Amino acid sequence: MTTAAATNEQAPAQQRLVRAVEKMPAFPKAVQQVLALCRDINCPPRDLVGVIEHDPVLTVKLLRVINSASYGLPNKVTSVNQAVLYLGINTVKNLALAFAMIGVLPARNAAGFEVQAYLVHSVATAALARYLASRPQAGEVDPDDAYVAGLLHDFGKVVMATHLPEEYRNVLETAEAEGVPLHVVERRLIGADHAEVGAMLARHWQFSPALVSCIGNHHENPDMDGLTACVALANQLTRRAAVGNGRHVFHPDEVPVTTRFGSEFASIDIALGSLDSIWSTARAYAESAK
Amino acid sequence: MKVRFWGVRGSIPVPGEHTRRYGGNTTCIEIRTDGGALIILDAGTGIYQLAQSLLKELPVSANVFITHSHWDHIQGLPFFIPIFVPGCSVNIYGAHDIVASTGIERVMDVQMQYSYFPVREAELKARMQYEDVQPGVPVTIADATVTPVMLNHPVVDFGYRIECNGKSVFFTGDHEPHQNIYRPEDEGFDAYRQMIEARTADINTAIGNVDLLIADSSYTAKEYETRVGWGHGTFDSSIALARAAGAKRLACTHHEPTRSDDELDRVFADVLQRFPVGDNAGLSEIFLAREGLEVHL
Repeated sequence: MTTAAATNEQAPAQQRLVRAVEKMPAFPKAVQQVLALCRDINCPPRDLVGVIEHDPVLTVKLLRVINSASYGLPNKVTSVNQAVLYLGINTVKNLALAFAMIGVLPARNAAGFEVQAYLVHSVATAALARYLASRPQAGEVDPDDAYVAGLLHDFGKVVMATHLPEEYRNVLETAEAEGVPLHVVERRLIGADHAEVGAMLARHWQFSPALVSCIGNHHENPDMDGLTACVALANQLTRRAAVGNGRHVFHPDEVPVTTRFGSEFASIDIALGSLDSIWSTARAYAESAK
Repeated sequence: MKVRFWGVRGSIPVPGEHTRRYGGNTTCIEIRTDGGALIILDAGTGIYQLAQSLLKELPVSANVFITHSHWDHIQGLPFFIPIFVPGCSVNIYGAHDIVASTGIERVMDVQMQYSYFPVREAELKARMQYEDVQPGVPVTIADATVTPVMLNHPVVDFGYRIECNGKSVFFTGDHEPHQNIYRPEDEGFDAYRQMIEARTADINTAIGNVDLLIADSSYTAKEYETRVGWGHGTFDSSIALARAAGAKRLACTHHEPTRSDDELDRVFADVLQRFPVGDNAGLSEIFLAREGLEVHL
């Protein structure tokens, strides 16, 4: 998929997915909050940022419009805060409102994909990735970049589940029956896994190369750089803590995807200290979003 | 290069005896390059009088750069007479509208609709061209270059730097210095502050050492206290910008519609008292923009 020939062969499918995402609604909780905040002329900008930052669809769409060629900004915009800084809060507010008006993502879909579990997993992974990025073991990783990468690392899943429901139902059922990781079955039955699909979309929307690479490599090459390591480990620790797992259950034989924070989970636990506040915040968000 | 102010008022035209000296028209600035090319910054109601002055040199080629699409910066466009004159060419430059997902042609299309104006855009007689510009990418207009710089307003606003034969002028359009969206006790405060500092440094560099800075100076510092986030600068913020960017002269514009000529004089006298020009290293003059004022660079 990374070669030019492969990209060309898949261009029609890629275009279909790109168009589909443009019409894709955001999650109910965020849509409801955006509509409420936009009724208040004095809504605090930080509140609106907080809402967008908890919704993968809103975040994707905001980064998509600002990173598209229309402004040709010298640096890629990688976080919601940066988008506010460049565009101003009123423009971000109007964009969020336009995205919210599309409707809400249904809680149940034909693929049987658990949208709520996906959202909680994404939010928890994002928060933990940001925390990991702020630790010295991460090296030079921008915590805001890690947050967005964590939020969007599995975006390909919700895209495939929404737009290839029959195929994706088959993937979910096969993965569960065989006890094989989802991305392996995705590749076998659909021809591309959610990491590839997410990276393809991110590349199409001209997201930063680091973000594209992180989304694309979080399973296959998790230790390739500091950003990917933070997101891949956050993903694994979130599954291990059973926060919004969906069907990707943590297996007792798993070893850490990176040794940057410790070679075993026991040493990582000691190095990181308690993550309870991250889990409880994510669970509280999940509870309030029901 | 010559700079002439045709509209210096913010928000809404305020003709009348109280605004006779500084003028009541909304934003429009004419720039003539050394070679005589016509560049127009914004198309507020001031552009109507500018159009009248062009009648003696028809047909003209006008290059209109729109800082942003708020009414007071575009509402004169349908009355810019050259658009109705065969042989004229009118090139309109500005930012892509990220919310409407349309190009700068939208500033004409939205105004020239049946309900609001008797002529449709398609019926204009001039050769009309529209071009979306990008921050940092210069546009060449005859012997000058115009470089857009993204500034801060409730709608996307491009400031423009115009250079011609070693002389330069920068117009901010409407601009408020970036404000932190977090409270000092919030987790994101320091990170956002650092982002603002980096953005501000980039803007200062883009304006760097300009011969004339024309800046949105809508409010006094006191008035600004209740207008944070409205997207406008103050006299003090414009002077700070001029100093930080190394501007040689500063023209304060976008006067408040409620401010009479006498009040404007009074407010500005206080500004000059607090910022004596001799103390402003490199900044040799601060003045109020007024209709009809011409500055030679």
